[in-house]
Amino acid sequence: MPVDRAHPATRRLLAALALGLAATVFVPVPGVAAEPEPEVAEAVAADPQLEADAMELSHKLRCLVCQNQSIAESNAPLAVDLRNQVREQLAAGKNKDDVVDYLVERYGDFVLYEPPFKASTLLLWLGPAVLLFGGAGWLAYRLRRRSVEVAADKGLSATDRARARALLDSAGAQETESPESRS
Amino acid sequence: MKAKFLVPLLLFFGLAGFLAFGLTLNPREVPSPLIDKPAPKFSLARLDAPEQQFTLESMRGEVWLLNVWASWCVACRQEHPLLVRMARDKVVPVVGLNYKEVRGDGAINARGLSLEAETSMAIERARRWLSDHGDPYQVSVMDIDGRVGIDFGVYGVPETFLIDREGRIRYKHIGPITPDSLQNVLMPKIEELRRAG
Repeated sequence: MPVDRAHPATRRLLAALALGLAATVFVPVPGVAAEPEPEVAEAVAADPQLEADAMELSHKLRCLVCQNQSIAESNAPLAVDLRNQVREQLAAGKNKDDVVDYLVERYGDFVLYEPPFKASTLLLWLGPAVLLFGGAGWLAYRLRRRSVEVAADKGLSATDRARARALLDSAGAQETESPESRS
Repeated sequence: MKAKFLVPLLLFFGLAGFLAFGLTLNPREVPSPLIDKPAPKFSLARLDAPEQQFTLESMRGEVWLLNVWASWCVACRQEHPLLVRMARDKVVPVVGLNYKEVRGDGAINARGLSLEAETSMAIERARRWLSDHGDPYQVSVMDIDGRVGIDFGVYGVPETFLIDREGRIRYKHIGPITPDSLQNVLMPKIEELRRAG
């Protein structure tokens, strides 16, 4: 599919149609080996080491069209272009950081599956740890306070005990007085 | 301390608030890191005169739009009448970046084509499309392989870049321009840049 900003409704309809079509075509037949996946990417670099590097890097870069796929997995035309860029630049002797910088300069941090550690991503990186340690600390504090409270609790005073007894007795008396009215 | 039981409820509302805000965001609109940076330099053949090259320099001193388009782009048809009207009313100069005219079209297998064949096919198709739908562009240039598109961080068509007098990208509009976005977003920015001299 070309990279095209058709109306979202049209896109959804197309996606639904494609899914329906795929469901009818790719119904798994028991006992028959599944078709091999269509080629994920056309291998281009002649040097296998270079190709491996390019693919490894491509797996860390997000495709901007199919956002939940890396540019290694996506068959969107832009992903193919970007894969070729990665290959070309590695072949030209650039190191991986240069290639990543090249893409970040153009598409932003969004192309990175692993966001960089900087002021605007502080919460993202440290938030879970803060929540974990904060929660654990709060729990420890509560548990300690509760044990102190329980130890400090000497039970009911004699007057309270007498009052409670009186209340229970009178309630019991009421109940025996008119049991039918309750049913 | 009496209202302690409200704490989980308030936490829930806080979380729900964040999630509700998240629903209003469009994950398809990726913010461009090129905003307020100099537009990437390029030199591309003009659609009307392929032997001539067009560069950013020729637009220096003007506030202008770079509109990424292609004849295979369905959403471009949506914004095209507006661009034509803008050109007629001389609202702002618009330069067209014809993006991957042949190889971007999923209906064509361009892999076997030589660059010359692809270029002449692209010129023919793009010219025909403009004569059919109207040509709103001061000039259109041919990005056959989409390389300049990558330099501009293009990840879909149409996209429109607002470029200032010094050749800096000041705003990127993703998707078709609508009368509403023109009036409420683009025009105020254009006028601001013009005033800034």
